[in-house]
Amino acid sequence: MFLKDYITDIYKGVKSLLIGMRRTGYYFTHHKEIITQQYPDNREELNLPTRFRGEVILLHDENNEHACTGCTACELACPNGTIKIITKFDVSPEGKKKKALDTFIYHLELCTMCNLCVVACPTDAIVMAQNFEHSVYDRSKLTKKLNKPGSKIREGIE
Amino acid sequence: MIEEIGTTAEGDLVINIGPQHPATHGVLHLVVTLNGETIKKIEPHLGYIHRSIEKMCESLSYRQFIYVTSRMDYLSSHINNHACAMCVEKGLQIEVPPRAQVIRVLMDELTRIASHELWWGAMAMDLGAFTPFFHAFRERETINDIMEETCGARLTMNYMVPGGVMADLHPNFQKRVKDFIALYKSKISEYDELVTGNIIFQGRMKDVGFLSKEDAISYGCTGPIARGSGVSCDIRKLYPYEVYGQVEFDEVLETRCDSFGRYLIRLREMQQSIRIIEQLIDNIPGGDFQAKTKAVLKLPKGEFYARAETARGELGVYIISEGGTTPYRIKFRSPGFSNLSALDHMARGGKIGDLVATMGTLDLVIPDIDR
Repeated sequence: MFLKDYITDIYKGVKSLLIGMRRTGYYFTHHKEIITQQYPDNREELNLPTRFRGEVILLHDENNEHACTGCTACELACPNGTIKIITKFDVSPEGKKKKALDTFIYHLELCTMCNLCVVACPTDAIVMAQNFEHSVYDRSKLTKKLNKPGSKIREGIE
Repeated sequence: MIEEIGTTAEGDLVINIGPQHPATHGVLHLVVTLNGETIKKIEPHLGYIHRSIEKMCESLSYRQFIYVTSRMDYLSSHINNHACAMCVEKGLQIEVPPRAQVIRVLMDELTRIASHELWWGAMAMDLGAFTPFFHAFRERETINDIMEETCGARLTMNYMVPGGVMADLHPNFQKRVKDFIALYKSKISEYDELVTGNIIFQGRMKDVGFLSKEDAISYGCTGPIARGSGVSCDIRKLYPYEVYGQVEFDEVLETRCDSFGRYLIRLREMQQSIRIIEQLIDNIPGGDFQAKTKAVLKLPKGEFYARAETARGELGVYIISEGGTTPYRIKFRSPGFSNLSALDHMARGGKIGDLVATMGTLDLVIPDIDR
């Protein structure tokens, strides 16, 4: 009885190993199905989803105009103090003072890409860009000024 | 009393396993007292990845603190966010739209599958089989791509917000999930062929790391560890939240009480998750994906508790509010901490070679234990 169990165990064990090896052999002979990405070589055809959160950018149109009113909603929404908005007062020809964006400072090194600032923006001025290659040699390069030089607010945005 | 590393008066050897040990899946430090190869005592030392998340949350508003919880149990970040959002909703008495409820459950179940896939690969790798890790990642990668398309991130999503979800589903979502289910069903037999049926694997898993039903309850184990000992503790079944009360699925129970039982539980749970997704994927109701909420959330004075079933067990979120914009105190009841406490009991008297197998079935995520 003992011998019978012993031989059955050996048979079952060898069978289980062979079943596993059959699967391994299948993939050994069917290696054409490549599922990995050859990352640095496929930079051109790399297609990231539009919602992918890489970094915050301030959208500018062809006239170098953005939609940021300097309301600091994004600054308040940010959990880490990533965004700092410096405002100024524009004086219109009629002599009226109006609050406007001076500098949009973005600390990439503090950002966790949580998307809360983009959701909070009332004028959809900021979006998440798909760029994810952020490594630099100098840490100070991670602090960015998002509004382009000479840019101003688009007409009609309050 | 922390044992000194070296030899004790009785001639037992005290050694460190970790904090930088590949088999501990992170920075877990175990001080193990050995008599020959037999384990006499295990003391887990924690704190190597402590980031004081609970304290951090006290300075963040009710919208902001949810993103931090993605970093606790990073493999089930959706479910962590979900539990926090539910707790805030309880305080504000917000009714979540039906569409958001279904989206949340779909995301939770996809996360659960992704988490169990990674565990399955890591479990086999702990026992010396390297290839299953890549087999598991092949399917997990598909889920990550689905998440990336809809939520914008692959691991730390921050998709659940108080009142619903952050954005509507991507138009491709339904098609891609159906493709994933088809792929998963065609590959599930490989899991059994490669690992479950393997005689060496069974020999190392069976009758190792015994945890009786009474001990599982007294150590506060939840999730697959308790269910592997026959304790019915699935929050989705016992205290249904969102649409879990309306879908059909079984609570997987196993009475083997050993490592192999806990292994089987997770494999079957993945199939139950597939079952839930199949029922919901064609029946996503229309409407809003987010309830209307105020710009600044203020919870009324009081205490609020919500819980959810993560891939590792029961996650409890306990908020004490003083009526302000930030919580007065937040406590997370994380499943990993209680599950780890049973390790000493499970491994005591066993051999040191079996410790890694036992620890693998606990599915430890160290940032969840330390927070």
